[in-house]
Amino acid sequence: MNKVRASGRTVGGTRALSLQAPAVTLLFLWMAVPLAMTVWFSFQRYNLLMPGMNGFAGLENYEYLFTDPALWSAMGTTLVLVGSVLAITVIGGTLLAVLFQQEFFGRGIARVLAISPFFVMPTVSALVWKNMMMHPANGVLSWIAELFGLPAVDWFSSLPLTSIIIIVAWQWLPFALLILLTALQSLDDDQVEAARMDGAGPLAVFFYITLPHLKRAISVVIMIEMIFLLTVFAEIFVTTSGGPGLATTNLAYYTYISALLDFDVGMASAGGVVAIILANIVAIFLVRMVARNLES
Amino acid sequence: MTTAKTGQVPLAHDSKTRAAPRRTALSAMGSRRLWLTVLGWGVAILIFFPIFWMIVTSFKTEAEAIADPSLIFSPTVENYVEVQQRADYFKFAMNSVVVAFGSTLLALLLAIPSAYSMAFLPTRRTKGTLLWMLSTKMLPPVGVLVPIYLLFRDTGLLDTRTGLIIVYTLMNLPIVVWMLYTFFKDLPKDILEAGRMDGASTFQEVWHLLLPLTLPGIASTGLLSVILSWNEAFWSLNLTSSQAAPLTAYIASFSSPEGLFWAKLSAASTMAIAPILVFGWLTQKQMVRGLTFGAVK
Repeated sequence: MNKVRASGRTVGGTRALSLQAPAVTLLFLWMAVPLAMTVWFSFQRYNLLMPGMNGFAGLENYEYLFTDPALWSAMGTTLVLVGSVLAITVIGGTLLAVLFQQEFFGRGIARVLAISPFFVMPTVSALVWKNMMMHPANGVLSWIAELFGLPAVDWFSSLPLTSIIIIVAWQWLPFALLILLTALQSLDDDQVEAARMDGAGPLAVFFYITLPHLKRAISVVIMIEMIFLLTVFAEIFVTTSGGPGLATTNLAYYTYISALLDFDVGMASAGGVVAIILANIVAIFLVRMVARNLES
Repeated sequence: MTTAKTGQVPLAHDSKTRAAPRRTALSAMGSRRLWLTVLGWGVAILIFFPIFWMIVTSFKTEAEAIADPSLIFSPTVENYVEVQQRADYFKFAMNSVVVAFGSTLLALLLAIPSAYSMAFLPTRRTKGTLLWMLSTKMLPPVGVLVPIYLLFRDTGLLDTRTGLIIVYTLMNLPIVVWMLYTFFKDLPKDILEAGRMDGASTFQEVWHLLLPLTLPGIASTGLLSVILSWNEAFWSLNLTSSQAAPLTAYIASFSSPEGLFWAKLSAASTMAIAPILVFGWLTQKQMVRGLTFGAVK
């Protein structure tokens, strides 16, 4: 028995390697080649509008970058955006999951309606919110405000980041709901019932049984959302173009501005490197946390 | 199944405690259910409202679209006709379909052998490899936009479907590998072992045993990959211009010049999301199993 397993393992080692090779190699190339180029460009003076000025720039780009107040503001914006959307979607998603787990009339259809925003492409949802919901003159929200005699809010100029957060959260709330709802369905009814018999109220059941049961699902939600939220782009591109001022410029948009609008490859690359480092700092914590949660 | 279970709980509880006659319990349950229905539908409608409103607006005239919100109007398909005259929807939609399904197919082809070996021939490095793969997803696309753009420009991949398929394949590969891995790991080892005893090659083992047995998992993985590719906007906006532009670019092209023509914009938006929305509705049950990474059972 032991022999078989021992030999199986060595054979398996090479076989495993050859089977994994295509995916791993391609992913490695996909990651390493552009990364190396980005790092290389970030030390170059390289502006597409100024040919002939190219050359080694040393830390010039970084110096410029780190003294650019826009970078720090973009970092702050990125963190606020990610943090707020995560908080809204995880808390909201949990509550909605509990609601849609209850039995009521037409629950199936209501669920499908509630998860629909997840299937809508970010460009479309941004346009719909911008033009039809949040428009200061003709938007549905300002119409509702008027009904109650309140002044209409010019969302994108007075509350730009909040508006973006609302749009992004609207897209990801259904995702959290979808995952957490699935997790809830495996909750042991007998356990809940037993707790109720022992006199536990709905709140106690929620905090001592439901929430612990959802722990792993919540960490999955956080992990996946984080990946996508760190790089929110289309919503900003379509609605505010990073403004007014820098109010909604996150790192993704900041790099985009320097790369494609200013044609400064060197600067854009330096911005890219910073974005990558920031994402990795977040990722290390996250991957650790999630890996631990998924282990158990 | 779950519904039946929860439905029985209050009754069982009732008969055990004998606290109240059955009829009052039932009517209490009825009013609770009524409230839940109101609340549940209220929330669902609130969340769905922007989509609903977009669809409604697409059937209004431009004047009606910017007037006070109203559901009373005579529907017109004028906007759809005009939008179609401005830009050929089907060309963009075709690009979206080819790119989304092409990249998904390619990602599955690459990921299946990889996930197979991770699930059935694990080594000490397997966990690390998986986490590393996932960590490549954390690389913000902007960080590598410039080099990819320059590489694509120099190799003639800019504004081609092939280029977009390559990008989307690699973009989704980590998630696809991870999901397949969790599905494969759920499969009892004995089944594949038995196949191996009968002298099946690795290919036969995968083709005749693994794939048929894990088809639902593979399907849900593919569905997610299709949706992510369909809705991806960063690469498609930056790497395509006219030839290979998918629906995300189609809709972005309406964003500035048509900004004031809401009805037409709504018509274009409705057409852009309709295929994937219906696709999502039809497959949501299936997809959910994959989205949870096997972590939620």
